[in-house]
Amino acid sequence: MHELSIVASVLDQLEEIKKQQPAGVHFSKVGLRVGELAGVDVDCLRFGFECSVKETPWEDMVLEIEQVPRRQRCPSCGAEFQAENWATACPKCGEAATITIAGEELQIAFVEVDE
Amino acid sequence: MSQIVVEKKVLNENQKLAAELRERFRQHKILVVNIISSPGSGKTTLLEHTLERMDKTKRVALLTGDLQTENDAKRLAKWGFPAKQIITGGTCHLDAKMIDKHLADWKLEELDILIIENVGNLVCPTSYDLGEHHKIVILSVTEGEDKPLKYPSIFVKSDLMILSKVDLLPYLSFDAELAKQNARTVHPGIEIIETSNKGDGLEQWMAWLESKLAAVKAGDAVSA
Repeated sequence: MHELSIVASVLDQLEEIKKQQPAGVHFSKVGLRVGELAGVDVDCLRFGFECSVKETPWEDMVLEIEQVPRRQRCPSCGAEFQAENWATACPKCGEAATITIAGEELQIAFVEVDE
Repeated sequence: MSQIVVEKKVLNENQKLAAELRERFRQHKILVVNIISSPGSGKTTLLEHTLERMDKTKRVALLTGDLQTENDAKRLAKWGFPAKQIITGGTCHLDAKMIDKHLADWKLEELDILIIENVGNLVCPTSYDLGEHHKIVILSVTEGEDKPLKYPSIFVKSDLMILSKVDLLPYLSFDAELAKQNARTVHPGIEIIETSNKGDGLEQWMAWLESKLAAVKAGDAVSA
């Protein structure tokens, strides 16, 4: 439900990035990284993006979303693993309190510029 | 065609402001909690019980978010602690800017605890850092035991889960042990307190707040 405000934040930041580029630059694509724990629904995000760019200078910009699964690191044995079905105990040594090292991302990764 | 590497948080502005708020809370040694739940889980009721039991020498302030109406702030104001309503006008979450704005005419040096009651929603408030020390999620026994599995992010990010309305358990098929197990599946370290309108767990909850306040006053609180 807040995906529309997230799109607005993305477009605000792109506006800022654009100002630092040569005049007349055209962004053809924006790449976002969305973690499993970010609380963002990717379909809503796409829909919010489509609605937001319509009839604006961003209209033909492509949205690319990289979804990042949750990864954990075990402080006891150092194992790194993907948390399946939210089970975060270490599959190697059984340690229950493992640390989240990926999956919380909500980032603008890159923009592509037409030459 | 070329690529510009950006690598910036989407909610950069919110994050920056939340970091500023966190620093101000640290300087003034204020404990800040952000309470999140579905609509109707008992956030305002828990706060009413909290204020009723609160040591009246404690300097507590409340910010309560809703889409419309001043009802909650009115409900909470009668215990004499300052309470302010944040009307989001349709927005489904509170963000750091709203907190900053509504704190403007309070003197932070005169506060010990700031309680933020977020908009009733288990999804969107998860993404917005408000500079708080602890997120607290409330799950009521009239919801499903599998809510922690359906909405894991908020249970992962909360330090405490309050299982509310436990006095209704005899009338429901809700399996409290399963609900707690589900919460611990997504967040093994989550603390859990069971509460009800009849008074269950409220002493434990007040003690939890007290211990977190002591940590903030001692300067050894770890911020969310």
